[in-house]
Amino acid sequence: MIPGISIYEILTLTTVLFFIGVYGFITRKNLISILISVELIMNASVINFVIINKYLYPDMLQGVIFSIFIIAVAAAEAALAISIIINLYRQISSVEVKDTEIMKY
Amino acid sequence: MERYIFYIVAAIMIVFAIAAVNSRKMMRSVIYLLFVLMGVAGIFFLIDYNFLAAIQLTVYAGGIIVLMIFSVLLVHHIELEMEVAKTSKRILTAIASLIGIGIFLITIYSYNFNVIENSKTTTTAEIGEKLLNYGEGGFVLPFEVISVLLLAVMIGAIVIAKGKKLEEKKLEDGRQESEV
Repeated sequence: MIPGISIYEILTLTTVLFFIGVYGFITRKNLISILISVELIMNASVINFVIINKYLYPDMLQGVIFSIFIIAVAAAEAALAISIIINLYRQISSVEVKDTEIMKY
Repeated sequence: MERYIFYIVAAIMIVFAIAAVNSRKMMRSVIYLLFVLMGVAGIFFLIDYNFLAAIQLTVYAGGIIVLMIFSVLLVHHIELEMEVAKTSKRILTAIASLIGIGIFLITIYSYNFNVIENSKTTTTAEIGEKLLNYGEGGFVLPFEVISVLLLAVMIGAIVIAKGKKLEEKKLEDGRQESEV
């Protein structure tokens, strides 16, 4: 654990990061920007897993291993999302949210 | 000393996260995200999880950010400014987010965490043994599932990213055959 820093301060940091991600997710109008906001949210959750493991259960490793899995799933998700965005750009020449209405029908 | 480093890293992370969701230029927003991810790696270094910090740096800073820069360059002109949401919507969302932060912080600060003082260092060997342990509390099954997931994503990303061309080719082939 970090000397002089309590768990509350780190949880405050991750809460702020999480809600900045939520704000970006709602206000952005571009698929890549939305992906960036999702990455922010996922990183906040990864820090939470690791911090709670380190501060409350230092003898266990579950939090570390779960955060490794979260990072792997986030990488997979980013790769798939970017391939979908590139395919979409080929078909409709745009990555704005308001132009992507093919899947509505 | 670590205390001040933590405060500096936290300030950098919050400032760059706000910049990443507010910048109107795509490329800058991706670079700001890179700084936030490096701050996360810095926090992992501070609490002595070196292996996790290395994973964070290689997977995020080395992989995902490069993918995003690649896609931004493929999709956008670099100087293009994107449109933003209406001011009323942004203010409303900001207020909702602030209320969310308030509720979360009230809940966190009213809960009494049972913190154990320690300065234990976790080695990479322990994490590896835990990941490949098939006894009780081992993680070998999720580990294998994740590897299958990564393979599936690899194939899926290739198929999706070149899907249109394959279809066109098939259509053209069909037309040529019918003409013959």
